[in-house]
Amino acid sequence: MPEVWIPSLMRKLTDGQDKVVVSGNTLREVIENLDAQFPGIKDRVVYEDYRIAPGLAVAIDGVVTEEGLRTQIPPDSEVHFVTSIAGG
Amino acid sequence: MAIPQEDYLGITDYKVVGTRPVRHDGADKVTGRAIYGTDLNLPDMLHASVLRSPHAHARIKSIDTSKAEALEGVRAVVTGQDLALNAEEQLADLGEEVVRVKDMCAAVLAREKVLYQGYPVAAVAATNVHIAEEALDLIEVEYEVLPHVLDVREAMKDDAPLVHEDQRTNSMGERSENFSNVASHFRTELGDIEQGFAESDVVVEREFLTDMVHQGYIEPQNATVLWNADDVVTIWCSNQGAFGVRDQTARILGIPVSQIKVVPLEIGGGFGGKIKAYLEPIAALLSRKTGHPVKMIMTRTEVLQATGPTSGSWIRVKMGATNDGKLVAAESELVYEAGAFSGSPVGAGARNMLAPYVIPHVLVDGYDVVNNKPSSSAYRAPGTTNAAFAVETVVDELAEKLGVDPLEFRLSNSAKEGTRRADGPVNKRIGHEECVRAAVSSDHYQTALNGKYRGRGVASGFWGNGGGVSSAAASVNDDGTINLVEGSTDIGGTRTSVAMQMAEVLGISEQQIRPQVGDTDSIGYTGVTGGSRTTFATGWAAYKCAQDIKEQMMARAAILWEISEDDVEFDQAVFRSKSDPSKSITFKDLAAKLDSTGGPVMGRATAKPTGVGGAYAVAIVDVEVDPDTGKVDILRASIFQDAGKAIYPPYVEGQMQGGVAQAIGWALNEEYVYDEDGILRNSSLLDYRMPTCLDLPMIDAHIVEVPNPGHPYGVRGVGEVPIVPPTAAVANAIYDAIGLRLTELPMSPPRVLSAWWDKNGGNGSA
Repeated sequence: MPEVWIPSLMRKLTDGQDKVVVSGNTLREVIENLDAQFPGIKDRVVYEDYRIAPGLAVAIDGVVTEEGLRTQIPPDSEVHFVTSIAGG
Repeated sequence: MAIPQEDYLGITDYKVVGTRPVRHDGADKVTGRAIYGTDLNLPDMLHASVLRSPHAHARIKSIDTSKAEALEGVRAVVTGQDLALNAEEQLADLGEEVVRVKDMCAAVLAREKVLYQGYPVAAVAATNVHIAEEALDLIEVEYEVLPHVLDVREAMKDDAPLVHEDQRTNSMGERSENFSNVASHFRTELGDIEQGFAESDVVVEREFLTDMVHQGYIEPQNATVLWNADDVVTIWCSNQGAFGVRDQTARILGIPVSQIKVVPLEIGGGFGGKIKAYLEPIAALLSRKTGHPVKMIMTRTEVLQATGPTSGSWIRVKMGATNDGKLVAAESELVYEAGAFSGSPVGAGARNMLAPYVIPHVLVDGYDVVNNKPSSSAYRAPGTTNAAFAVETVVDELAEKLGVDPLEFRLSNSAKEGTRRADGPVNKRIGHEECVRAAVSSDHYQTALNGKYRGRGVASGFWGNGGGVSSAAASVNDDGTINLVEGSTDIGGTRTSVAMQMAEVLGISEQQIRPQVGDTDSIGYTGVTGGSRTTFATGWAAYKCAQDIKEQMMARAAILWEISEDDVEFDQAVFRSKSDPSKSITFKDLAAKLDSTGGPVMGRATAKPTGVGGAYAVAIVDVEVDPDTGKVDILRASIFQDAGKAIYPPYVEGQMQGGVAQAIGWALNEEYVYDEDGILRNSSLLDYRMPTCLDLPMIDAHIVEVPNPGHPYGVRGVGEVPIVPPTAAVANAIYDAIGLRLTELPMSPPRVLSAWWDKNGGNGSA
């Protein structure tokens, strides 16, 4: 199952856990299953139920996805919430 | 949609990619026939100018435009009241970033407050620009001047004047109870930072300051807009993304995107500063009021006062290493000024600053802080030059304390494929080691630098590059040539680098392809030319478009020979029957037979590639310091950069040299100088000191190629990373020359001289 790395500023929602293994085939499923375990996470990382929150990006196995919540999550992948970046 | 892991084809015998042909826009550029915004003149066109705030922070009590409107030749005046109050808390997705629509509207024309000197307050359209400027003096604005805040750390204090009375701090989704100038705070944590410093034998900690600086593009912002009688709005402008201008203007004016057509003109530089729409919505309002096309061109002073420079910053870096030369801990706080509206590039600085290294224990805090300066915009590797200046200075000092060669220290701690980045994810195939090795073995590094007050510095840098969406469409002519339309504003010659990727697929010369940049009605959505994405992502679209053409043409060959499509193969611009070697036809000859085999062939493709390859660079800089004046001369500069695959090497070298040149200006001279009233005191290029050719040596550009697994030809973005390492390399060179660690940019003559005098007892007699 995917392993989600929890940003330190959100760890009070996960009882201090910095990594959580959670099921899900898409990013949306992973986040919803995470939120079922640790209520409040989804509100922090999802904007109005349709996109990753502004200012955040999600890296899956080292690649920042541009497919949003529909991104397929391979089994045993690493999911990271990182700050989003815009170039010049 | 799944994320592909490997798209690289591993081609070793390129025919077009990697060559140095004549560029498609060369004739127009060298003969002066390329059309820029100032060249555009339409019948019955009006000219407009903008009234700007004389105050750094003030509430607008009233605006009286009646005298201006009465001036002969004036056709219309607009203020913030002409903007529809729409979408109070909506977000606009501009491709690379998401912004509040409310802020976008407020930034175009003030409604209630002005937030920096130069803030747009009103605009006048008149029969000529002189009348428009004269009318500005007749607009009466009553201000209530408010306390302002310029220093980014002062702005963070609880008792600082609030730039926005309703702004709370967003800490990765959690809002603060109190209002604050701190728009957001984030933290990156890896390992155990206390353990990391406990394991360290050598620790260096320093604080750094950098000033706000401007991109310095030569062509000022300009826009010409016609709001036609049928309510179709046509915009001709100089911007890094036509679709971005369309979307911003639609959001600001509250009209559908289908009502707007944006025609991109040639662009005289952008570097991230030409993504926001400053003039287009104002010109549109004036055109709607008058029924005439309206042209606006910023003055240089307006460009400096009121567009989007990049953030100044305060950065603290503390790093630890073991006696055997291993980095084990890095802690940093980054405080970036966003200017009037949130959105500084502090996140990019934080994520990229430690990317060249493997460090097991990391703690990084970043703060995005608003203040009474112009709203910051992207600038070539946004936020990362500031952060690299800090980190690479500390890394240099650690190497010195450990008695290790600075490049060997970087090599022994280098990130590589499979190592974990400081911000969490594991690296794909990357090229930092290769860049460092190229630098070590270079003639520059192997040649001793001798002489008093001379020194050499090195530094590394990283930029993640962007992906985004791109479109391409192409039609095959009956003479075998191809008209290619793509959506990326051409900066740095991307038309040619995109066309070359199409030519490589089809086995034809890039000169057989005529590439052009389409307007927003004639090509599919394409993101901005920014984030070093165009040759990568629009190149991907051209590659796919060429595949589409190839498959259609193979079908035509099958029709021509009355055989199965499966029986047709294609190689190097020749179609052949697999079963009958006597049947073959060239691409050109088959193009002449399209009418008789089904009609024209058009290819089309869109791309949203996810396999973005980050890029590394290493700089070596030699300097000579004049202890009498504090002036620093650049004696020699070299840059080593991983391009993945250089599609058109001269463009890559040009980007590398340009990035270094801008970084040297940032390092030595460029800064926004505000007085205590918040007035910008150097808003001309006479006083805002950019480097000229007299300040720079020939910059040696060394292309390193470690293919990006996420692109068929291995392309990585190249435009941004070369600006990242040189500021630190200059600082490290100054230290090597005169033994002073300078931690404030720019390292201008007064600062160098002051530090020199402090070191040598006040009179500099060393």
